[in-house]
Amino acid sequence: MANETQNRLERRGAVHRLLQDRDPNLLIVAGLGSAIWDAETAGETPLNLYLLGAMGCAVSTALGLATAQPEKRVIALVGDAELGMGLYALATVGWRKPENLTIVCLDNGRFGETGGQVSHSGVNLDLAGVATAAGIPTIRRVSDDAGVDELRAIIMDGPGPAFGLVEITADMPPVAMPIRNGAIALARFREALLGHDALKE
Amino acid sequence: MVEATNADWKDQLYDSIKALNITQVVYVPDAGHAKLIDRCLADPEIDCFPLVNEFESVGICVGAWAGGRRSCALMQSSGVGNLVNALGLVHSVGAPFFAIATMRGEWGEFNGWQTPMGQSIPKILDAANIVVNRAETSADVIPVTEASGRLAFNSYLPVFSLISQRATGAKVF
Repeated sequence: MANETQNRLERRGAVHRLLQDRDPNLLIVAGLGSAIWDAETAGETPLNLYLLGAMGCAVSTALGLATAQPEKRVIALVGDAELGMGLYALATVGWRKPENLTIVCLDNGRFGETGGQVSHSGVNLDLAGVATAAGIPTIRRVSDDAGVDELRAIIMDGPGPAFGLVEITADMPPVAMPIRNGAIALARFREALLGHDALKE
Repeated sequence: MVEATNADWKDQLYDSIKALNITQVVYVPDAGHAKLIDRCLADPEIDCFPLVNEFESVGICVGAWAGGRRSCALMQSSGVGNLVNALGLVHSVGAPFFAIATMRGEWGEFNGWQTPMGQSIPKILDAANIVVNRAETSADVIPVTEASGRLAFNSYLPVFSLISQRATGAKVF
């Protein structure tokens, strides 16, 4: 939950720090909206899968990917409102428990893309508490660089599934639009991950 | 009066899932799927788990496809409305989505609360540009479901196999 007196991270710097020296075994599913711009500016790669719509689907998509690719490490990178719209996905992650999945929630307590209206996590909703109650075994609340570094280590080495609540300010850095055509983006992702012949399946 | 049904398809659906090379099955349970769910849960080669809400099935199946795996979602007609918004994901990325939904709220339905969704689901799916193949009788279930799965995975389309209440047998309380 938002607490105006606590330390909060600037979102883009936090995401870039989280993804620095990125391991080629890391796959990212990012949900709309600013989480996508943050991931895209950290380094363009076909191994980022962006959902520019279908709000609430990012964690489920990352769950499907993580279970299909148990040798890879997978991040669901989502804002607090995107996560909130598909909140029950946390219960299913807690049931299935893929050890290679980390949900990274960028929590500014706002609906940032729609005018900065205060969101539930800005008032009453403790998303890390929900993740804990859903049975996700590794939970971190992150509000400084050391926490970001620790979360990066958890993403790559576990134990997962993990949930990192990154407490960020309401700043809105510039938009960095990725490939907007989802079919092209998915084909590029599958080719990079599975090889060219997967496109002939 | 409830029409007698040939329940062989409830066993054969598992063989259809295997024949389609599906290795992940997610579900919000329905009595019509109970045997299939039990068999998938007992199969170590199938990753089978329940969902809180049908909405989740779209992301999971698309994510699994992104990772090189074929999935199937099982649900009851009453929950199909829950995932309509998520189906935009399938259209936007050109991924297959294969669902098997058992119908309620139609053939001799006892519980009138089932009819709003049961009666409107075919029209809602049609309006959302989802391919719907309907198994009207128990003899239709296996061929319709297998054809639906092949269409979904070979043509990268969202496809529902709807199993009519006439085939599942109207629930009697």
